[in-house]
Amino acid sequence: MIALGARTVASFILIAAASGCSVGYVEIPLETPIQPKIDVRPFSRVFVAGFITAGSEEVDGNLETVRLLRSQLRNKAGALRVIDADALALADLAAPDNGAAPTGATSGAAGSPPPPAQATGDTTVSDETAFAAYDKIFADKDYWKKVGEELQQPLIVTGTILFRPQQRSGFVQRERETFDSLGRRRVEPERTYQERKGFILRPSFIFIDGRTGETLHTETFREEILYNANQTTPPLSSYFELMDRLLPSFLNTLTAQKVRGSRTLLK
Amino acid sequence: MNHPLAVAFLLSALVTAPAYADARGDARRQVEFGIAVAQKGLWREAIYRWQRATELDPTFAQAFNNLAIAHEHEGELDKARAAYEKALQIEPSNPLIKQNFDLFKEINDRIGRKDGR
Repeated sequence: MIALGARTVASFILIAAASGCSVGYVEIPLETPIQPKIDVRPFSRVFVAGFITAGSEEVDGNLETVRLLRSQLRNKAGALRVIDADALALADLAAPDNGAAPTGATSGAAGSPPPPAQATGDTTVSDETAFAAYDKIFADKDYWKKVGEELQQPLIVTGTILFRPQQRSGFVQRERETFDSLGRRRVEPERTYQERKGFILRPSFIFIDGRTGETLHTETFREEILYNANQTTPPLSSYFELMDRLLPSFLNTLTAQKVRGSRTLLK
Repeated sequence: MNHPLAVAFLLSALVTAPAYADARGDARRQVEFGIAVAQKGLWREAIYRWQRATELDPTFAQAFNNLAIAHEHEGELDKARAAYEKALQIEPSNPLIKQNFDLFKEINDRIGRKDGR
């Protein structure tokens, strides 16, 4: 009798405990603020200066990137005013065989206003391995300080852009639709060999303090896209598609962003 | 022989249960109040309530889960991660906590998504 009573009480305790653990929940919309990676409070203006580019010649990576980033910053950079000066022809300025490369006080370029891209033409280097030869321009504090002085000491955005075609072949998995003798539809995974082509975008953004010429932050991204080999997609359209993927991260370097989602609160 | 043991177990359970139930009951009230104020957008107050709940009952996974969400809302991502991890330590197989934590990690990954050259 005692044992039976103990079992009954134990069962009661277990049920009570179980009911106590039953989880009610409330789904709630959530906006997660992401703090900017750079403190931009000392700057009132931002200058997207230009880029050294490599890869596809069908897209002007320098001018398209300058245009795109300026338009994004104009809409989403909060208090930062976007400077609309001409983009710099950095590849010409920093070319390894260019005697007039801007190396601060030892160079004539440091004392003169930066030439615009339109005036000097091509800003594309032969391939991505050549980027290393141009690195010195990004580290040239005197040059960037001079650029900053010309434009009231803004935050300067520059860097390198690699946008090149790629071709890849191999097995891909896709779904195949079949119908049996009774007309019932079935979808089965199928591995097929495919030739695919597309593009790789690898931008490296360098953020420079226009007051001192020092690099504040560098951020490199990599995005790629592949299409069926029969599909014809204009390179510029692929470029924008790939840039679109990384723009939130680029903007988050300078401005606080909010990521919308939902979470489940538990009772 | 088993009867005295069973009685002793029951007695000890009955003695300790009210204290536990009180702590859990108080914590639950704080959690529910926190949910009510969070739904009105008063997230700092919600954080205070859920923090209180975790102090009252440090084994209350739901309170840690909610606290993590509130820290996320405030952009305090390190604190959010710590609270999620605590919630999962207490209830490792709770699917709702796991889902929240996965969504949180997705944001973190997106922030850090880059490729060093």
